Amino acid sequence: MSKEKEISKEEIVSGIVSEHKETSGPLLIILHEIQKALKFIPPETVPLIAEGLNLSRAEVHGVISFYHFFRSAPPGRHTIQICRAESCQAMGSRQLEQHAKQSLGIDFHQTTADEQITLEPVYCLGNCACSPAIRVGDDIHAHVGPAAFDAILADLATEKVEVQN
Amino acid sequence: MAGNVKVFVPRDTTACSLGANQVAAKLQQHFSVQSLNYEVIRNGSRGLYWLEPLIEIAAADERVAFGPIGLADIDDFIAGKCWEIDKSHPKYLGPTEEIPYLKQQQRLTFARVGLSESLSIADYQNHSGFTGLKKALAMTPQDLVTEVKESGLRGRGGAAFPTGIKWQTVLDNEADQKYIVCNADEGDSGTYSDRMLMESDPYCLIEGMTIAARAVGAEKGYIYLRDEYPLAHAILEEAIETARDENFLGSNILDSGASFDIEIRLGAGAYICGEETSMLESLEGKRGEVRPKPPLPAIEGLFGKPTVINNVISLAAVPGIIAEGAASYHNYGIDRSRGTLPFQLAGNIKQAGLVEIPFGATLRDMLYEYGGGSRSGRPLKAVQVGGPLGAYLSESQWDTPLDYEAFVAIDGMLGHGGIVAFDDSVDMSEQARFSMEFCAIESCGKCTPCRIGSVRGVEVIDLIREGENSGENKELLLELCDTMVAGSLCAMGGLTPFPVRSALKHFAEDFEQG
Repeated sequence: MSKEKEISKEEIVSGIVSEHKETSGPLLIILHEIQKALKFIPPETVPLIAEGLNLSRAEVHGVISFYHFFRSAPPGRHTIQICRAESCQAMGSRQLEQHAKQSLGIDFHQTTADEQITLEPVYCLGNCACSPAIRVGDDIHAHVGPAAFDAILADLATEKVEVQN
Repeated sequence: MAGNVKVFVPRDTTACSLGANQVAAKLQQHFSVQSLNYEVIRNGSRGLYWLEPLIEIAAADERVAFGPIGLADIDDFIAGKCWEIDKSHPKYLGPTEEIPYLKQQQRLTFARVGLSESLSIADYQNHSGFTGLKKALAMTPQDLVTEVKESGLRGRGGAAFPTGIKWQTVLDNEADQKYIVCNADEGDSGTYSDRMLMESDPYCLIEGMTIAARAVGAEKGYIYLRDEYPLAHAILEEAIETARDENFLGSNILDSGASFDIEIRLGAGAYICGEETSMLESLEGKRGEVRPKPPLPAIEGLFGKPTVINNVISLAAVPGIIAEGAASYHNYGIDRSRGTLPFQLAGNIKQAGLVEIPFGATLRDMLYEYGGGSRSGRPLKAVQVGGPLGAYLSESQWDTPLDYEAFVAIDGMLGHGGIVAFDDSVDMSEQARFSMEFCAIESCGKCTPCRIGSVRGVEVIDLIREGENSGENKELLLELCDTMVAGSLCAMGGLTPFPVRSALKHFAEDFEQG
């Protein structure tokens, strides 16, 4: 781990840019790779990306800000996406959304003060046969009512302790 | 492991969201520790989602099913040694193929889904996989295009444009490079057939794209996959690599001299990128802003080259059409809607799942015969067909036949076949408001009617809901809808008014509470 920390964000970003710059239409691939490595796209690296791809900073910023998935600030340890689309609405996702916001004390696009949970809306996870659905990391959960949501939060909290130990 | 009895536990997003991975792990561990002659196979889902996780056991000449076997049931399942097929077990469902929900369907595109081991290329071929491709490699491009035209296949993404005609345009356009783009940005709520197909039968999509490439003369294909589908991504990546290793992709495919390869590109959470020109922009690494048409993508598409853009289900229908012949597909369906459509039951429905049947059944059949009514037990009130841009239909419209033109005639659309049911607790003015809100959030911003109209739409609906000048504001809302329909660049702004107007028309009482 300590060795990884010695590599600066800029070096990571430059490495990703040079790896993919010859691919056709590479910007989205590069942004995905950066976010995978750093969990967000640091605004100070935008000029590096722009220069590497011979684009303007405005163009790169424009792409980052267009897509809901890309973030310019670090997320919490876990990101929870709550589906807000119609199928989940039909099964009570509006109440789930309210419950989640209240229990975490944050709104969508925000992170809890302890930096554990970031809450995001999502418009369909393709799990519409078992609505309401939420996504935590790469795991999709089915039939998530308020009680199931609390149980998932509790699991995440335990996981936090395990990871830190 | 030869000679082991196969026990199937689906590896599909929904099955996994109900605990299928943990169930599979527990079972496999038990078989290993006890040295039993059984092994766990990860198939796709049969799409009977209210029964997932659905465990199947390969008996002598058929497969029998138990379900749902979730985390709460697996210990009991193991204790009862259910793999020895205890027919008195309360979760015993009998032979899988005899379950009425499945038996009544005509699965053409989804024939293998849930049946085969998703990632086994050998099992794919045991179930007629690559028969279409082998036949295609011996056919001329024009014959392939003609076959698809004659099948009557229309774009299953929702726009329902004849697939063969699109292919003909690309075939007829000379170019040094052409592309096949698979639109796997399945963003419509209530739809999951693309995801299921990709997770459960990934080689079928690869085969369909390869046939399309052969038909139009393309050597490069892209799958534009939404980021919201991590499991489909992992499965497709592995399938593409295996197909390359086995020479079903790459150069000189099956020694035919033809070359074709596929790359997956991930979206980034923008609904609009399911619109084909916006998707091309996104594939080129740009903001997903809609392009004006013309030029058609078939003439000037990805990187300015002639491009076939088809939905996952359209492409997945192709191997069967080529293998069995156009007539075999065309014989199903009614009028101009030929073949089958994999419908997806979602929302407040008791038996949610995938139902592939020929066009022509009614919505009522889907909701009650297959769906079994609402999940909540309350009466159904409204049904949205065709995703967030599709109309809300009231009970008086549920006898409309499920075919493209019949739905257009009632201001609705079949779209990608998603059916979302709501019970009588729904407030339709809130749903109408959400339609406008969703458009405001997801608009690409290129044209004014969509970008500004949707924001104004939310405001006006709020006023109506508060009872402020309700009459005048309803008129204003309808005018705004007309402007959006007439003036928007693409279907996002052009169709958002349909759910709004239908809610206002068929559920007027929900706009009166102010």
